[in-house]
Amino acid sequence: MRGRALLAVAVALVVLAVALTRLSANQYYYFAAYVIFQYVVLATAWNILGGYTGYVNFGSAGFFALGAYTAAILIKAFPVPFPVLLLAAGTVGGLLGLSLGYLTLRLRGVFFSIATLALAVVLQTLIVNWEYAGGSRGIYTMRPATVLFFDNYVEFLFVVMLILALGALATARWIEHSRLGRGLAAIRDNEEAAECMGVPTLRLKLVAATVSGALMGIAGAPFPYYVTYMEPASTFNLDYAVNSLAMPMIGGATTWVGPLLGAVLLGTAQQIATVTISSALNLLIVGVVLVAFVILAPDGIIGLVRRRRGGRHA
Amino acid sequence: MTAGILLDVRGVSKRFGGFEALTRVSLQVREGERFGLIGPNGSGKTTLINCVSGALGSDEGEIRFAGHDITRLPAHQRTRLGIARSFQIPKPFVSMTVLENLCIPAEYAAHARFPGAGADVVAEAMEILRLIGLEAKAHAPAAGLTQIELRKLELARAMAARPRLLISDESMAGLSSAEVDEILAILLALNERGIAIIMIEHIMRAVMRFSQRIVVLDAGARIAEGGPGEILNNPAVEKAYLGE
Repeated sequence: MRGRALLAVAVALVVLAVALTRLSANQYYYFAAYVIFQYVVLATAWNILGGYTGYVNFGSAGFFALGAYTAAILIKAFPVPFPVLLLAAGTVGGLLGLSLGYLTLRLRGVFFSIATLALAVVLQTLIVNWEYAGGSRGIYTMRPATVLFFDNYVEFLFVVMLILALGALATARWIEHSRLGRGLAAIRDNEEAAECMGVPTLRLKLVAATVSGALMGIAGAPFPYYVTYMEPASTFNLDYAVNSLAMPMIGGATTWVGPLLGAVLLGTAQQIATVTISSALNLLIVGVVLVAFVILAPDGIIGLVRRRRGGRHA
Repeated sequence: MTAGILLDVRGVSKRFGGFEALTRVSLQVREGERFGLIGPNGSGKTTLINCVSGALGSDEGEIRFAGHDITRLPAHQRTRLGIARSFQIPKPFVSMTVLENLCIPAEYAAHARFPGAGADVVAEAMEILRLIGLEAKAHAPAAGLTQIELRKLELARAMAARPRLLISDESMAGLSSAEVDEILAILLALNERGIAIIMIEHIMRAVMRFSQRIVVLDAGARIAEGGPGEILNNPAVEKAYLGE
């Protein structure tokens, strides 16, 4: 029943978004909303491995950028239709996630996290030294002149990213309520006990890492069309890694609602700050809010709400 | 009664770097048997159990369970075959309730072995909690349990995997005398249901009362085997515990 209600909300949101593009309001709003939706995907994807399974990935920027570069290179090489970009970026991200999953065999805790950070640096170095991908000069991507149904390409990307965000949330919600999600929670709580209770820990970790990586890759796929010019330093920016980790932690990392809340709140705050104060202030906001939450509400907003409710009933 | 051999450990060795924790240890546990594994601290009991449950791989030897060679199987597959264990230091799933803790092995181990058994995971878990005496805490978070409740949860969770062999690794360490009796009664009740049990314990009173047969380890090697009476009167065992 709840699932159906949520599906209805999702469909309504897409219809609303499409209707909004008919209003031809200021283009900036679509740009800003796109970024927030993109963070919903990234935060949700991060949370599948970080929040559900307990493996903290500092390399989200690498996954995102890999998806973006996969798309940019494909666009440069062949005239590919848009859905193929999503599929290709998802596949590449998923494969990278799978290899990350194998890392969990040997590395846990902070050691795993450091390895993920290193992974992102290695990928960035590869791109910087790859002439065809633009190297450190960057790569230009031409938007198609027209796109079916929409007047403007940004409006199209805005709707696409909303659908991707909803898809990511649906995936996370499904995992959370499935046998897979319960197994992942057991791994997060105590991996050794989980294995001894019959949970195939390696297989589950591989699935979580692959799904997480694929979603991050997909989040990057529309990026070349969005910015039209990409270069490694900004595409592999630490902002992506920090945000996709901070947003679930601020929202609450054990449920699919947490990353959504965190991404919408923090993403909006950053957009407002960029316009009103300065664009350099973004990461400072994230830092301050994250520190405040780690100290005052370690289980995020969801944890705060639950504690309030639990307190009243107990 | 000559029941079949359930667990057959043949010449298992385990080394940690230069330290030989187990040296060609062999032992057999029969179906439905109450089996005691004792030895001084550091004698290799937990290492042996880790090799049997799959938490550690063994360097040498063979382990067979119910006719299967399980020497190279990962731990979760051994659990599915019917080996379940409790941990010396309780390792509950802290983000879950007591009942949810039991649902993990019920879903992942018992269900894998008995297709269709997953239909009523919760009812089955409640039944085990009743048997263990934890049903009042079913919906309490596992993070807030007392020490004896944690020990009971360890046993209950192992039971939820529907084992044929239950390994109880020092489930009584640090408990009061009355609590020891309580755990002992639980283990006896579980054995009544036909589950073979390996008890690793330092509390001699409990091991002697519980076990039908005992194997003694010292410095990674097997030094004695027999009924409780024989073990108590064995000079080698006395030497291992008390010195000469």
